[in-house]
Amino acid sequence: MHEIGIANEILAAGMQEVARHPGSWLVRIGVRVGELSGVDRAALDFAFAALTKGTSLEAVRVEIETVARRARCRGCGLEFESQPWGAHCPGCGSLDNVLIAGDELDLRYIEVEEP
Amino acid sequence: MTVISMEKKVLNENQRIAAELRERFKKEGTLCLNLISSPGSGKTTLLERTLSGFTPQERVFVLTGDLQTENDAQRLARYGFPVQQITTGGVCHLDGRMIERALERWAGMTMDVLFIENVGNLVCPSSYDLGEEAKIVLLSVTEGEDKPLKYPSIFSKAELLVITKVDLLPHVPFDLEQARENARLVHPGIEIIEVSCATGAGMEDWRRWIAQRRAQEGSPMPAAVTV
Repeated sequence: MHEIGIANEILAAGMQEVARHPGSWLVRIGVRVGELSGVDRAALDFAFAALTKGTSLEAVRVEIETVARRARCRGCGLEFESQPWGAHCPGCGSLDNVLIAGDELDLRYIEVEEP
Repeated sequence: MTVISMEKKVLNENQRIAAELRERFKKEGTLCLNLISSPGSGKTTLLERTLSGFTPQERVFVLTGDLQTENDAQRLARYGFPVQQITTGGVCHLDGRMIERALERWAGMTMDVLFIENVGNLVCPSSYDLGEEAKIVLLSVTEGEDKPLKYPSIFSKAELLVITKVDLLPHVPFDLEQARENARLVHPGIEIIEVSCATGAGMEDWRRWIAQRRAQEGSPMPAAVTV
């Protein structure tokens, strides 16, 4: 349950950026969460709600994009979605692959309203 | 309405600190290992057995994380090596800043090996880079052999899986081969060692693994050790 800390980091980064645009206020935050990032989406939603309740950020919408785990086979080069676990290449059956997506925990964008 | 692209890692600050720590460990020839498991898988016991095998001349240090109490540090301090407890309050993982702060107390001291015993948790510690050379995940045979499938994040990031308490295998319905297979399904390249801290079985494999990593790190090989 480290989502509170992560939500806090995201809100702080958003606020910091908003401060560079005097007079504007935050309306939306876009976040990218990979399946393997160790962050639970529901817990992150809850953390945002808990942190912003009763504050000026209460109305900020948070859009969470989830990213499935993807791998590239070192044998045949095929890229494939390997979820929820298990990484046998559907092309050649090899287990030798490299993770190419699914580990993300990114702040994608913020949306601000201007006066 | 204006959309401002940010495209940055949320744990940017942690990543920065971890990169600094990694740089420092590399420069000073310190092998830093980050031990992660569920509570009760045997991290502290494995460290006790491990510390008892080093000679007093070796510069081995331990940071151990828990939400509360100094119990683990007291257990580990008996072996004569510097140990610090990091009590996180309520935080479920260690982060780079906590390691950086703890190491300030050992400023100027040369470390050959630094063991970090993370907070008992298979989820959150996997998100925080501590600048370690390798993450090591422990799985005890009193847990389920499907843990790698249930918690793929840590099993895919760990370089080594240590299966602990193997002396209990006759008494528990743990399928060792299935556990290995599950771990390799999630992380094909993962190395696997099986140990029992009660009987000493497998401890040589574990020590050899550490010795090999130390050799790669450019530190001297450890002296012969006994279980």
